[in-house]
Amino acid sequence: MTELHEHHHDHSELSETQLRVRALETVLTEKGYVDPAALDLLIETYEKKVGPRNGARVVARSWVDPDYRARLFKDATPAIAELGYAGRQGEHIVALENTPKLHNMVVCTLCSCYPWPVLGLPPVWYKSAPYRSRAVADPRAVLKDFGVTLPPDTQIRVWDSTSEIRYLVVPMRPAGTEGWSEERLASLVTRDSMIGTGLPKSPRDVK
Amino acid sequence: MNGPQDLGGMDGFGPVMPEPDEPVFHAQWEKRAFALTLAMGMPGGWNIDQSRFARENRSPAEYWTMSYYQIWFAALEAMLKERGLVADDEIAAGHALRPPKPVSRVLSPADVLKVLHRGGPTERETNTKPLFQPGDRVRAKIINPPTHTRLPRYVRGHLGVVDRVIGFHVFPDSNATGAGENPQWLYTVTFSGRELWGSEGDATTQVSVDAWEPYLEPAAPL
Repeated sequence: MTELHEHHHDHSELSETQLRVRALETVLTEKGYVDPAALDLLIETYEKKVGPRNGARVVARSWVDPDYRARLFKDATPAIAELGYAGRQGEHIVALENTPKLHNMVVCTLCSCYPWPVLGLPPVWYKSAPYRSRAVADPRAVLKDFGVTLPPDTQIRVWDSTSEIRYLVVPMRPAGTEGWSEERLASLVTRDSMIGTGLPKSPRDVK
Repeated sequence: MNGPQDLGGMDGFGPVMPEPDEPVFHAQWEKRAFALTLAMGMPGGWNIDQSRFARENRSPAEYWTMSYYQIWFAALEAMLKERGLVADDEIAAGHALRPPKPVSRVLSPADVLKVLHRGGPTERETNTKPLFQPGDRVRAKIINPPTHTRLPRYVRGHLGVVDRVIGFHVFPDSNATGAGENPQWLYTVTFSGRELWGSEGDATTQVSVDAWEPYLEPAAPL
């Protein structure tokens, strides 16, 4: 892939960063502080295994299983662990219920806190100044940047992740999905719908 | 610190630009910088709040023009140098020039998944009782510590309502300076958009932050 956000930097700076990272990795490896095989495994885990499909399974389960849904909103961390997702940057998770009257949206104005076990690593925009600065002050304008317009009387609650609590938005189940399997429902659940900057796909968007 | 990281409520950064089908990493070096940061936590011996402070503790002009992994990498270098684990001449040479310092543990491939799965829970035992209860009105204190804090500027001095007593958690303001975990009661506090942004603000929005007890003072009930 190309480096989209790095187009802001000139190429000499880019290669300087590249070289510096490589140099540091060599020094740390030679000193025995890091094992490159452990680095490979860390990368593989977050590139291939941990991502928003995990969260989508949690949300889909909450749509079909009322007992699970109740457990999820009572104490999300163990409920999410039932599906095997736990650990780093998801030690204490709270699930937020979207309703016709209330839309939840998650930000970390101070850094990039994000529920890794269920969503993977955050996208660039989530960590960027435009989102972090405006999500708390003008969430409707930010939603517009994502092409989302909510009814004017819907309450919007923005959750600024200032502690080690991580927030997962549980969007509303789309209409027209009666009788769908959990797996098919999960295919409607987008990453952004679990951050609160998007809505689930419509059943018309998937086959 | 009132640093470049405390972005809530600032103007002028432009629209949010989501990238369709965004890859997890945008360059090979980002992968390595990410993995080095995670792996060095163990031998480096720093905590998450010290890492956060190392990232935010730089000039705004720099912070706002660096990519996020550049910020991570710069913080990693700073923490390594601070602890004498690596020196500038070694990074310049691309090789170790001095023997390693003894470190407590190194992350082995066999431990990676176990360590990630365990994570770093921050809730602690206590015999104390929380000062505030859900429904209590509180004011976020006006504080301006030069060190790390997790009370964003945009709520300081404002009135909110306690929604939830989260638990008794490690206090970042202490943990970041090496003064120990000093755990405190943690609450979800909710502010109306108009309280934060003025009477012209959107009446349908609310903002919640997680705030430790030392950030809050009681406010008179309505």
